[in-house]
Amino acid sequence: MTTWPILSVTTFLPLVGALIVYLSRGDDEAAKRNSRWIALWTTLITFAVSVILVMRFDPNNPDFQFVEKANWLAAGITYHMGVDGISLPLVILTTAVMPFCIIASWKAITNRVREYMMAFLILETLMIGTFSALDLVLFYLFFEGGLIPMFLIIGVWGGPRRVYASFKFFLYTLLGSVLMLLAIMALYWNGGTTDIPTLMHTAVPRSLQTWAWLAFFASFAVKMPMWPVHTWLPDAHVEAPTAGSVVLAAILLKMGGYGFLRFSLPMFPLASHDFAPFVFTLSAIAIIYTSLVALMQEDMKKLIAYSSVAHMGFVTMGIFAGTMQGVAGGMFQMISHGIVSGALFLCVGVVYDRLHTREIAAYGGLVNRMPLYAMTFMIFTMANVGLPGTSGFVGEFMTLLGTFKVSIPTAFFATFGVILSAGYALWLYRKVVFGALVKPSLASMKDLTLRECVTLFPMIALTILFGVWPKPVLDMSAASVQQLVNNYNTAVTAVKAAALLQ
Amino acid sequence: MSFTTAGYQLAPVLPELVLAIGAMALLMLGAYRGQGTTSAVTSLAVLLLVVVGVLEYMLPAGKQVTFGGSFIVDDFARFMKILALIGSAVTLILSTEFLADPSRRIFEYAILVLLSTLGMMVLISAGDLISLYLGLELMSLALYVVAASNRDNAKSTEAGLKYFVLGALSSGMLLYGASLIYGFTGTVSFTGIAAAATMSNVGLVFGLVFLLAGLCFKVSAVPFHMWTPDVYEGAPTPVTAFFASAPKVAALAVFTRVTLTAFPGIVSQWQQILVFVSIASMALGSFAAIGQTNIKRLMAYSSIGHMGFALVGLASGTVEGAQGVLMYIVIYVAMTLGSFSIILAMKRNGQAVEQISDFAGLSRTNPLLAFMFAMLLFSLAGIPPLAGFFAKWYVFVAAIKANLFTLAVIGVLSSVVGAYYYLAIVKTMYFDEPAGQVDPVRVEVKTVLAVAGVFNILFALIAGPVVSVASAAAKSLF
Repeated sequence: MTTWPILSVTTFLPLVGALIVYLSRGDDEAAKRNSRWIALWTTLITFAVSVILVMRFDPNNPDFQFVEKANWLAAGITYHMGVDGISLPLVILTTAVMPFCIIASWKAITNRVREYMMAFLILETLMIGTFSALDLVLFYLFFEGGLIPMFLIIGVWGGPRRVYASFKFFLYTLLGSVLMLLAIMALYWNGGTTDIPTLMHTAVPRSLQTWAWLAFFASFAVKMPMWPVHTWLPDAHVEAPTAGSVVLAAILLKMGGYGFLRFSLPMFPLASHDFAPFVFTLSAIAIIYTSLVALMQEDMKKLIAYSSVAHMGFVTMGIFAGTMQGVAGGMFQMISHGIVSGALFLCVGVVYDRLHTREIAAYGGLVNRMPLYAMTFMIFTMANVGLPGTSGFVGEFMTLLGTFKVSIPTAFFATFGVILSAGYALWLYRKVVFGALVKPSLASMKDLTLRECVTLFPMIALTILFGVWPKPVLDMSAASVQQLVNNYNTAVTAVKAAALLQ
Repeated sequence: MSFTTAGYQLAPVLPELVLAIGAMALLMLGAYRGQGTTSAVTSLAVLLLVVVGVLEYMLPAGKQVTFGGSFIVDDFARFMKILALIGSAVTLILSTEFLADPSRRIFEYAILVLLSTLGMMVLISAGDLISLYLGLELMSLALYVVAASNRDNAKSTEAGLKYFVLGALSSGMLLYGASLIYGFTGTVSFTGIAAAATMSNVGLVFGLVFLLAGLCFKVSAVPFHMWTPDVYEGAPTPVTAFFASAPKVAALAVFTRVTLTAFPGIVSQWQQILVFVSIASMALGSFAAIGQTNIKRLMAYSSIGHMGFALVGLASGTVEGAQGVLMYIVIYVAMTLGSFSIILAMKRNGQAVEQISDFAGLSRTNPLLAFMFAMLLFSLAGIPPLAGFFAKWYVFVAAIKANLFTLAVIGVLSSVVGAYYYLAIVKTMYFDEPAGQVDPVRVEVKTVLAVAGVFNILFALIAGPVVSVASAAAKSLF
């Protein structure tokens, strides 16, 4: 269909941008401005190229599209790229969020701007690569490679406890991933290849399924993150610079969910079925427990971080329900959460840039000085709560619906999360925005600047658009999700039937 | 072309002959012309190593055996020899500055490196226990002297002596093991041993244990690693770079050849030893490095750990395992030489600095150096897409195929522990405040660093050809 390797171009364009930033030497203001502009243009062009992907994408075709294949390592390990309805929305999410990250860092980052922009551009390449790799080794390469720039972003440009947070982030994620690496090797010997589409149709013995599922789960559960391995996330979020938090919440967390959809369900359907109650339990605990923890937070970023864990609980619950509604809802929830939580971190960044504190107690009555900000923050708070009419509602509703068919207790307990999320989100909003503006430090707060409006308003538009008209996202992934769910159910019923015959 | 002596083909040993004669000629040059020839001898020695490397590469393909099976040239030997030659040549290049000091103008240094390299080449090609011992001793004796080459420095002398005493002990063990093996099989040739080796032959197994202990000493695998941190720290930095690269290649090569060609019938006997040794090395290398403050000592523990990882491949005892060892050692040599060129480059006011705290804020005083070192450290930790990841991939993939799951799990977990101390150095360079300017880096160090660094970062692009060469070399052993 295409004559040029459009997917590879999308993937490696940011890397080229990083090289250009590197070549623009100098340390004065002009050089800093240059690197900012180069980074912004790179991300914008990457986004434009990825829009071509959407336009040429055939949503009725459940298989991989824009497939590129080239020799790489010998013996069944190739350079294989491609996207389907599950990965394309995440690719677009990545390319769409990155320009906002660059703009959000425009004024906030003043030292080592060149390195900062390079780290972000390299990270973008690795993130897009993770979602579009169709070879397990290639996937792992992108998936793990992302640790390096993120480690540096948190550690160099982060807050006071950045060293602790960056180490925790790196080692936690690495620990989960190395086990997955061993499972990848076992799959390689089982199937003779690491080609993902081939492996999806390769039968994996039951015992290997169990072990491989657990190994992949170790990696993705940490990345997601699921309770009880979520503790790295609040630290990483709190210490990371604003744009780092945005990338973390909007995209890096989605790699876990993507992994479950791409590997766990299609390759190990029986193990996924066996472990579904386990995942349900963890998800329900995550939703209720982390929501309660969020209620107790004094730091704005930490509160949003815990709410992310709770929202990701809906995603895992929906995915492992294995129903059309559940999986599609999980998919939608990932996109929606990407927009909403990213925007919430941007909102925190707005006030942090002015007052240099994230403590909730330091704020109050902002509505008096910042009406525009109050409105923006409110919309995202509502989306975080899952108010109908915002994108947050669609995802939560669909995952609950999908889960209800499979496990009523899980859906029952998870629904408490909706109530609790209203608790902490509204509480945060009231403390920060409403009330009388009595604190002297807040008296000179300025409302949103044009630059901040540029980052936040498109996200408002998307949140409401997808809230009332989720069709574009759902349609894009529908065919692929349908195929995934069908294959999964076929595999599970086949085993059940065989068990009955015996 | 048919050189023969006493009926044996000489063509396969041509590179070794050239190296031996060249080394002796350079010795004459230095001996008659005095210490003023140091730089000339060193340059010629590098040239000689390059010539030998080219000769080795141009030897006819396929397996050639001479001296009645004592000397084997196959793809495996060629691969390892060229790697060892590269390691030696790069070491000599990195030593230029060390030898330029008026108090250390010792031309013997280059000669000793050449002779040691000759020993390595014999060792790599060894087809029986006699030539194995011959090569090992030639290599080691030269190394003992090189370790003490900074004659006026107590630490360097101590390192040389320590290395000698412990090395002699390990040679003794190896020799004892070799004599037991000879006694219980009646032959010294690897093929003969392979034919005679059976599970029930307890004496042979006894000898095997001693033989492996001697070899473990040379690759500095736990529990025979004690000399490594002291020698690494005490020896002059270019010498440490040498110890960490070429001799490790040779020792690992002979380790691979002996286990796979002389004892293929009793795999389970040596497999359990290797599993223990590699687990112990990986764990000790990871945990003991955490507390280190001296970068050379840290690299010593790091190399102990890396040898453990390389032995994971060997422990699987398969052709994939041998391929993993080959991949590991190539990448290890590149990472090690790159890292040591950075350690050599770290100088303040003409003084070499070796504490990890001296690296503080390097990302601001010398961004390129810091970036290269950070990438090398991430690579040593095995983080993709850097070269170190592929090294680990190939050894662990072999272990998984051989069903050594416990070994593989412990291995990857200790690599996470290892990542901690590599990250700590990155943290020092990137997150901490600068500890002062560093001197400009010399050209030859910069060149080595650039080559090693680019190899490390872009390895994913050239991995395909390297894998196929390594795979062919591994197959030649079976």
